[in-house]
Amino acid sequence: MSFASHDSATKQSAGIAITAEEIGASGVTASEDVANYALYLGDDALMLAQRLGWWISRAPELEEDIALGNIGLDLLGHARFFLTYAGTAWGKTEDDLAYFRDEHEFRSCRLVEQENGDFAQTIVKQLIFSYYQYELYRRLVESKDETLAAIADKALKEIQYHQDHASQWTLRLGKGTEESHRRMEKALFYMWPYVDELFADDELLTRLAEQGIAVLPSSLREDFDRRIEAILAEAELRVPAVDGAWGGDRSGEFSEHRGHILTEMQVLARQHPGATW
Amino acid sequence: MTQQQSSQNAEELTMAATAPEPEGETAWGLWEVFVRSSRGLSHVHAGSLHAPDATMALRNARDLYTRRNEGTSVWVVPSEVISSSDPDSKGGYFESAQGKSYRHATYYTKSEGVKHL
Amino acid sequence: MAATNTAGGHLSAVQTPEEQAGQEYFDRVIAEDSRIEPRDWMPEGYRKTLVRQVSQHAHSEIIGMQPEANWITRAPSLKRKAILMAKVQDEAGHGLYLYSAAETLGTPRHVLNQQLLSGKAKYSSIFNYPARTWADMGAIGWLVDGAAIANQVPLCRASYGPYGRAMVRICKEESFHQRQGWEILFELSHGTPAQKQMAQDAVNRFYGPALQMFGPPDDDSPNSRQSMAWNIKRFSNDELRQRFVDMIVPQAEALGLTLPDPDLKWNEERGHYDFGELDWNEFKSVIAGKGPCNVQRMQRRRQAHENGAWVREAAAEYARKEAAAQQTADTALIGA
Repeated sequence: MSFASHDSATKQSAGIAITAEEIGASGVTASEDVANYALYLGDDALMLAQRLGWWISRAPELEEDIALGNIGLDLLGHARFFLTYAGTAWGKTEDDLAYFRDEHEFRSCRLVEQENGDFAQTIVKQLIFSYYQYELYRRLVESKDETLAAIADKALKEIQYHQDHASQWTLRLGKGTEESHRRMEKALFYMWPYVDELFADDELLTRLAEQGIAVLPSSLREDFDRRIEAILAEAELRVPAVDGAWGGDRSGEFSEHRGHILTEMQVLARQHPGATW
Repeated sequence: MTQQQSSQNAEELTMAATAPEPEGETAWGLWEVFVRSSRGLSHVHAGSLHAPDATMALRNARDLYTRRNEGTSVWVVPSEVISSSDPDSKGGYFESAQGKSYRHATYYTKSEGVKHL
Repeated sequence: MAATNTAGGHLSAVQTPEEQAGQEYFDRVIAEDSRIEPRDWMPEGYRKTLVRQVSQHAHSEIIGMQPEANWITRAPSLKRKAILMAKVQDEAGHGLYLYSAAETLGTPRHVLNQQLLSGKAKYSSIFNYPARTWADMGAIGWLVDGAAIANQVPLCRASYGPYGRAMVRICKEESFHQRQGWEILFELSHGTPAQKQMAQDAVNRFYGPALQMFGPPDDDSPNSRQSMAWNIKRFSNDELRQRFVDMIVPQAEALGLTLPDPDLKWNEERGHYDFGELDWNEFKSVIAGKGPCNVQRMQRRRQAHENGAWVREAAAEYARKEAAAQQTADTALIGA
């Protein structure tokens, strides 16, 4: 096959960036603590990617199928980095961890497990999570753990775009029509109870933060609140007056949705244990 | 480029121009996308897309036309603001540039063999 | 004014002097194997043929996302999940490149979309078959995308400029689609017996419908000759089908899988593989809407469109408000 080489607008390349394969082959081994922390980060990204994957072929406009697909692909990439790295502690692959852990062994937060709902609900979920991730990764690039820092560096650039995508849509839906405004209010009301747990510290996080490896989630809250309140205000929306939902920590209090997500995600891999694909 | 009205295909174009908007909503506008593939090169027309405004058009253009590192910079232009030369006078419009070979270095042959000319 | 089926695409009705000049110019461009561009004069039949073909092609990409999207959430490894997401996303992109080309012919996308949703426009009937197993992701990539590429490579030289350019971009991107499909089948056929069985079953189901993607046999394809005279189509349906069969036979051997056709054998004299008669009754009834998934595919597309209406409207309304606010600000500035 030969194509017109002068058509520079279609010149393609794979680009240079960290890959999951490279992390696996690097020979670096995560400690037990670091591996568990990587599961926190990786499971969040995986659940959200799984949710976003559903939108492809169902988005409000074809251009948006592609946009949501891109964000999902970025997050899936982050999940693969973190799970591959976590797996080095236990001699497991990313797929061992994604497909052969049971519900109680995942470490994702409840926010990312929530259903897609309508487009407003997905956008609110993306808005909250990308603003949280932005604060997190912008500090994690300083981590004393070089692999975590390298992953954060790659992820941060992509998260900035996710944040922008969610912000642009928040503005449009918040200020667009009465209906879109009402849907955004409803979505905020539904998602906001799961915000608090994003910023909850625990023993593992405290231990790793003291070593300069992890970022203490509570330290992100002030910046998160300031920035998300600003974008909501610009969109003529505001943080709803709802309390944080009880329960929910990364060591085993998870949402009802998790089981359904995993049932679907893991079904084929578990029908053929030990198979390669 | 989108069609603009011209005498020969007026019927088809009128149809396009007056095609009803989708029921109960406004169709997003059409934008032309230009991509610069690397520094030092011009932006080249890549295609078009639909978006409600310029901000979203730029984001859609990134996702649609640069998924494989095709670009370092993107322009979007509303299709309707592009003016183009009239296809009906194709002969006349570009005729003047034909036959003026003295505008080209190859016209001057006496200097053959002389260096740096 | 109706176009007749003559080789040059001349109109039978009386032409005005401008139309005659346009026709002469058009004929010369086609005879030189050059390209027609959007604002050139073109025969009505040429424009209509292109709008129909390019938009059908676009619709096929969009509906074609569904059978594969069906497996994104269940892909058996994270690598395969990423590949599949990227591929289905590419298909949305390819649909958009093609709608973009079709729009240059004067029909806006929302009209084309309406034709799809109302059932007036067709799309490739292969996508009305179900993707039941993971191996179908392999068979779709290898056979369906393979057939599509065989069809599309010559279309890169289609006489209509924007169509040809869209096809160049699509073919470049699709080369990974076929390879990843073949690789899925390779992993399966070299895996457990259950995996190999899954792969063989998928190939058995997709082989016939994939060969039918080239369209009906030449003697039953009335529009082909005109499309070839206009340099839109470069090879006949049967030529492309033969070329495709010749390509996939050794590829199937490399997979260790068989193609479900007892009549498939090398013909020394022709220098090609002979293959059995395809079930054209099935083809016609799937096109006529009786395929296993016709209703489901259309319903999903309509739902996405309807569920998205409030979002599209909100974005349009926001743009209007922002533009109005900008204008007020500008006026205030001048006033000051």
